[in-house]
Amino acid sequence: MDAVLFYVFAVLAVVNAVLVVAQRNPVYSAFCLIAVLCCLSAIYGLLGSPFIATLQIVVYAGAIMVLFLFVLMLLNVKREERSPGDGVRLKAAGFLLCAVLVAQAGAVLLRARPGGTGAAAYDASTRRMAEILFSPYFLYAFEATSVLILSAIVGAVVLAKKEL
Amino acid sequence: MDAPGFLQHALLLSLLLFGIGALGVFLRRNVITIFMCVELMLNAANLAFVAFSRAHGTLDGQVLVFFVMVVAAAEAAVGLAIVIALQRHRDTLDVDAFSLMRW
Amino acid sequence: MLLEDPLIHVVPWVILLLPLAGFTVLALFGEWIKRDKEDAGAGYIACFTVLASFALSCWTTLRLYGLVGGPEGLRFSSPYLGFEWIEAGGFRVPMSLLVDPLSVVMILVVTGVGSLIHVYSLGYMAKDAERVSYFSYLNLFTFFMLLLVLGGSLPVLFVGWEGVGLCSYLLIGFWYKKDSASAAGMKAFVVNRIGDAGLILGMVFVFHQFGSLDLVDIATNAGALAAEPWGELGPVTIAGLLLFLGACGKSAQIPLHVWLPDAMEGPTPVSALIHAATMVTAGVYMVARLAPLYHQSETAMAVVAVVGAATALMAATIALVQTDIKRVLAYSTVSQLGYMFLACGVGAFGVAVFHLFTHAFFKALLFLGSGSVIHAMSGEQDMRKMGGLRGKIPVTFWTFAAGTLAIAGIWPFAGFFSKDEILLGAWNAHQRVLFGLGLFTALLTAFYMSRLLFMTFFGSFRGGSEAEHHVHESPLSMLGPLVILAIGSASVGFLNIPRFVAPVFRLPADHGHHVGWLPWVATLSAVAGIALAFHLYLQRTDLPGRIGTALAPLRSLFEAKYYFDHVYDGFTRRVVVGGSESFLWKWMDVGLIDGAVNGLAASWESVAEGARRAQTGFVRAYALAILGGAVAVLGYLLWS
Repeated sequence: MDAVLFYVFAVLAVVNAVLVVAQRNPVYSAFCLIAVLCCLSAIYGLLGSPFIATLQIVVYAGAIMVLFLFVLMLLNVKREERSPGDGVRLKAAGFLLCAVLVAQAGAVLLRARPGGTGAAAYDASTRRMAEILFSPYFLYAFEATSVLILSAIVGAVVLAKKEL
Repeated sequence: MDAPGFLQHALLLSLLLFGIGALGVFLRRNVITIFMCVELMLNAANLAFVAFSRAHGTLDGQVLVFFVMVVAAAEAAVGLAIVIALQRHRDTLDVDAFSLMRW
Repeated sequence: MLLEDPLIHVVPWVILLLPLAGFTVLALFGEWIKRDKEDAGAGYIACFTVLASFALSCWTTLRLYGLVGGPEGLRFSSPYLGFEWIEAGGFRVPMSLLVDPLSVVMILVVTGVGSLIHVYSLGYMAKDAERVSYFSYLNLFTFFMLLLVLGGSLPVLFVGWEGVGLCSYLLIGFWYKKDSASAAGMKAFVVNRIGDAGLILGMVFVFHQFGSLDLVDIATNAGALAAEPWGELGPVTIAGLLLFLGACGKSAQIPLHVWLPDAMEGPTPVSALIHAATMVTAGVYMVARLAPLYHQSETAMAVVAVVGAATALMAATIALVQTDIKRVLAYSTVSQLGYMFLACGVGAFGVAVFHLFTHAFFKALLFLGSGSVIHAMSGEQDMRKMGGLRGKIPVTFWTFAAGTLAIAGIWPFAGFFSKDEILLGAWNAHQRVLFGLGLFTALLTAFYMSRLLFMTFFGSFRGGSEAEHHVHESPLSMLGPLVILAIGSASVGFLNIPRFVAPVFRLPADHGHHVGWLPWVATLSAVAGIALAFHLYLQRTDLPGRIGTALAPLRSLFEAKYYFDHVYDGFTRRVVVGGSESFLWKWMDVGLIDGAVNGLAASWESVAEGARRAQTGFVRAYALAILGGAVAVLGYLLWS
């Protein structure tokens, strides 16, 4: 059952990802990206990480993508015009390299057959996450992220002002 | 999910999503769309982390995903602010328009 | 006994340093001492220092004369004064002086003749505006020459050697505003340097053989070395030949003789001091000093003798056709130096020193006398414009005549004794050819010197009536030294100098058989020369011109100085300068070196020119590069 769900969501994610790239209208691309994020969240859930799944929806889909949409609205972005012959060499090279990359890593993956210890006693609950995050190991980084977000706020405000 | 091959499949998915995102960076001209493709790549990486974390039975990967998300949020905020500033400057969001730093 | 006297330790240093003090005082305060145009204070100071050195030299000689036995002489080295000169690993050269019979003879000559010339200069240079620097240079020269002859080791000798070369340059080019004078100064210095290269290399070989450059060490240990027969180019021979090259430079032997005639551009007292009595004898002194070394090498001795004899003959022939009074004397000096080297080459080192001693007297006399003549002629030096000066400047004439008889080798004048001994040495060494050359050159010497005498002082005055009125005798400061030197030329021949300096050479006692007919033959050739000159220049005065026309090729050879200057000039100009310009400069320096450096820069420039096209400014292109890099790294990690 899990496997089937996994494949369903995987396919959905890939399709939407392709749509993200293929859409002319940026707003449609944003919606497709949200769809990808939701599929991924489901996959996280299937992988036994409820915390990360929730976080994905709340933070990523709920905040970041909303921010994207706000900006798109603010800037009144129009459909992207297709212009032929524009950077064809660049696109071709990009295509080639991406294909090579995927093929390379894919070949390794398919041959290597990575395994793991399995899912025995896998406790990925929020409580467990909190214990780790506030342990002396990660506490410093955790507190530092708050400073990071503060600086991001200040930076965003300053950068977007009409006049400094 | 206890199937032994799940890790491999998850990683393949991650790889595919990464590849599609990378492709998008080259194919699109709108700055914001390119940014969204970058976010796609980041998510692919997150998936790989979580899959490995599941495979090893530890939570280190997920902690890392947590931090990645936080940083992605901050980065998105600042990046979009920059995009707004750029648009104000050049009145276009075509990435080829910002090529002052050329030889 | 001698060493216990504390004075003897200090006096040699005082002798050496007095002229240096004179130089320093004159250099620093000379202009202030001079005060006004007529003042001669500077000159007095210079004369005083040299005369004092002379007095001390005499004192030293008398003290040394009491030292019986022991050829070592006295070494005075700097540890006594607490000053070590060179100390580099195992190589030590203390600043030491050596006082032995040979050095004592030399310092007597240098300070004695030198002080007479200083006094003479008081009169000769009385009106020269730069006489302060002149006297300071003279004192400096005296210091360096004393350092040369008193030096206890080859490096110290070399310091003096170079120093006199410098002073020679300064004094030859003293009237530097004249182009020919400064050119002559440079020529002297450059030619000397060529010889110096040989000297330095010779020192290297000597050090290699003896492990020390101390003169006494060399002399004592030379006998222990294996003697090198004719043809063998062993280390001793090479050292001897290289050192002789240095001597050729300093003492104007073939092929480095070309600077001496041109050095006559300097003031006449300078020619007398430096280019007759002292500096040019430095080469002879050095060879004599290293006699034990030369004795071990037949090849080197042969080369020395042959070069000496050849130079003597060649210079004498050139002197035959000279018309400038100083040039005749210059070539005469070269010729007499050749005699000295001939003596060294046949093993008669003491005789060479003897001839050096006597030659200093009569050559200085002749030069100073010519200076007096030139002074009387208000600067004219061409003999063809002189004549009949005998009655007008009698003192000059009589002293000059004494010098001429001395150099011709007429008894009882000094030249007779020394030249006779040289010919005797050649005969006893079974060198018949060299003997013959020496005898013939003696005839030529008598001839051209008499020619000079007759053309200048006899006959009728050929310089025009205007000049005739101005002919006047020189002041006392100039005549005094002339008289003293004339007396010397007549008397010093009786001093047995060879026996006095013999112990220095450490040679096996060689009592050559006395050849009874030799003095008569020598005198005969001298008289023949004088008679021939008398006939040609006073009786049949038309003959010289006709002989000259008849023997035109010979005449042009002599007049062109055997084309040495032509060859050197051509070589220098075409090979050295031309080669440097076209090859070294244009091809190597500009083409290769500059080309390499510039080419490197240019290639970088073009590389950079191409590389900067990567900065397109397009974000997507940069992203492509990043992706490409990532793929490459991934590929390397995965597949290698």
